[in-house]
Amino acid sequence: MVVFLQGRHNIGTIFLIMDKCFQQGFDAKSEQGFICTKLDSLINWVRANSIWPQPMGLACCAIELMGVGGSRFDIGRFGMEVMRFSPRQSDCMIVAGTVTYKMAGSVKRVYDQMAAPKWVVAMGACACSGGMFRTYSTLQGVDKVIPVDVYVAGCPTRPEALIDALMSLQNKIRSERSARGLFSK
Amino acid sequence: MEKEFTYPEPASLEADRLGEKMILNIGPSHPATHGVLRMKLELDGDLITRADPIVGQLHRGQEKMAENLTYNQFIPFTDRLDYLAPLCNNIAFVQCVEKIAGIGVTERCKAVRVICCELSRIASHLVGIAAYGMDAGSWTVFMYCFTQREKLCTLFEQLTGARMTTSYARVGGLARDIPEGWLGNVNSFANQFLPALDEIDALITRNKIFIDRTAGIGVVSPEQAMQWGLTGANLRGSGVASDLRKDVPYLGYENYEFDVPIGVNGDCYDRWLVRIEEMRQSIRIVRQAIEKMPDGPVNVADPRISLPKKEKVLRDMEDLINNFVLVTQGPDIPAGDAYFEAENPKGALGFYIVSKGGGVPYRVKIRAPSFVSLSAMQEILPGHHMSDMAVILGSFDFVLGECDR
Repeated sequence: MVVFLQGRHNIGTIFLIMDKCFQQGFDAKSEQGFICTKLDSLINWVRANSIWPQPMGLACCAIELMGVGGSRFDIGRFGMEVMRFSPRQSDCMIVAGTVTYKMAGSVKRVYDQMAAPKWVVAMGACACSGGMFRTYSTLQGVDKVIPVDVYVAGCPTRPEALIDALMSLQNKIRSERSARGLFSK
Repeated sequence: MEKEFTYPEPASLEADRLGEKMILNIGPSHPATHGVLRMKLELDGDLITRADPIVGQLHRGQEKMAENLTYNQFIPFTDRLDYLAPLCNNIAFVQCVEKIAGIGVTERCKAVRVICCELSRIASHLVGIAAYGMDAGSWTVFMYCFTQREKLCTLFEQLTGARMTTSYARVGGLARDIPEGWLGNVNSFANQFLPALDEIDALITRNKIFIDRTAGIGVVSPEQAMQWGLTGANLRGSGVASDLRKDVPYLGYENYEFDVPIGVNGDCYDRWLVRIEEMRQSIRIVRQAIEKMPDGPVNVADPRISLPKKEKVLRDMEDLINNFVLVTQGPDIPAGDAYFEAENPKGALGFYIVSKGGGVPYRVKIRAPSFVSLSAMQEILPGHHMSDMAVILGSFDFVLGECDR
């Protein structure tokens, strides 16, 4: 794959020489083996379809998260089955379960260790808002310590809802201005 | 040119000693710790010389919350104790409340509760062995187990409306009677489950890698197991034939025929075998319960305990008032205290409830079997290799929601 960048003023536009099989999947014009598209579309296409989740399994929701990885719901259909427990290798943290004050520091630390770009899905009522545990030991929502992109309701979240959330995360990634950060300081 | 291949020498415990100690922290976000457990290990080379499990990362203050909720309001919180077998927790809690109040539930209620408990046991053991297999390096067994678990989740959904957090039991009965055709679905699940379980069994139980990694690892003698207070499959894996369903029968377990599998060596491999066999026994119990499912109501006919029928509430003033009082103030439980232990998949889950009368408990103490299993890690882990830690933790099948509560 060869990428030509056209001058400083046209930074959003690139030309690609690529096989026909790559010509679908993102917003592009194809002509005689050349594709004309925006750098944003290309980067977002890559990012949205290769999310490696970091399963921050804390409580009950973690079991449904395992269920999503199982054969019935099969998250692998969306290219997300590569669950990585190492923050360095993952780009989407799924906070599944109750975040307590004792655990909040670890969640924040793992999030900080993830390489950008990174996204966070708050899975279930506890991660969204503390849920039914309004007690002295429970953090009332993980968004108090890390920024959250998608909130999913449910106690615990149903696997379908989590898949829906990850698909809306994909949509969000597709609408990001990814290229801007690469060339402007 | 042929080169003779020889296996490397098995790791020797003494040769790995370096003579200097290193502290290694594992968790609280680590796949081998099954949740939010943090292990502080002191290592000498590859050998564990000290192990400190640090719990409390999932402490949600459930016991404190119980003091401000009516008995029936606390049932959803019991779902989140051992979230792999919520039905068992629901039933253990209401059994304890019923023990204080001296309520005897109906025969049909007992039979439905038995089916719920045993199906939950299977669901919990399936996750237990799935995670255990995964720790020992087998991803396939995880997939096989979750395929079966999804079928169980569908059954729970038909019964209670939720896949995991069921909240099905009520003081003096159940939230509702079983739906039409549900027993048939359970039966067809049982029919296809046994061959599937044999498949899982064949996949792992005689697998050389698995045996090498688990046999002789994490040995707990019967005396030690009793001393440390282990219960459930972990105690039976050490060869102690102790099962609360047999020893202190509740829910009419004395009327069912089933065997209590026990291990011989008390190692990780025996604990695996016990869990596999327990699932077969659970299916036996479920089949007997379906066969002799009695007719009749599921709730006791006591207006201070059970909600009136909805049709009556919409028609009669007295029933409406009764419904209102029960929902807002809770079932009327006399003053007193009781301790009840149920044979849960993880071990003996105990509830100690003190009532000062009225619908709200004065104090609820939860005896969590996972906490006891984890406390034993300090004794079991030292002397093992670092790599055995994952297998030992997996074989004890604990759940942090219950441990930290």
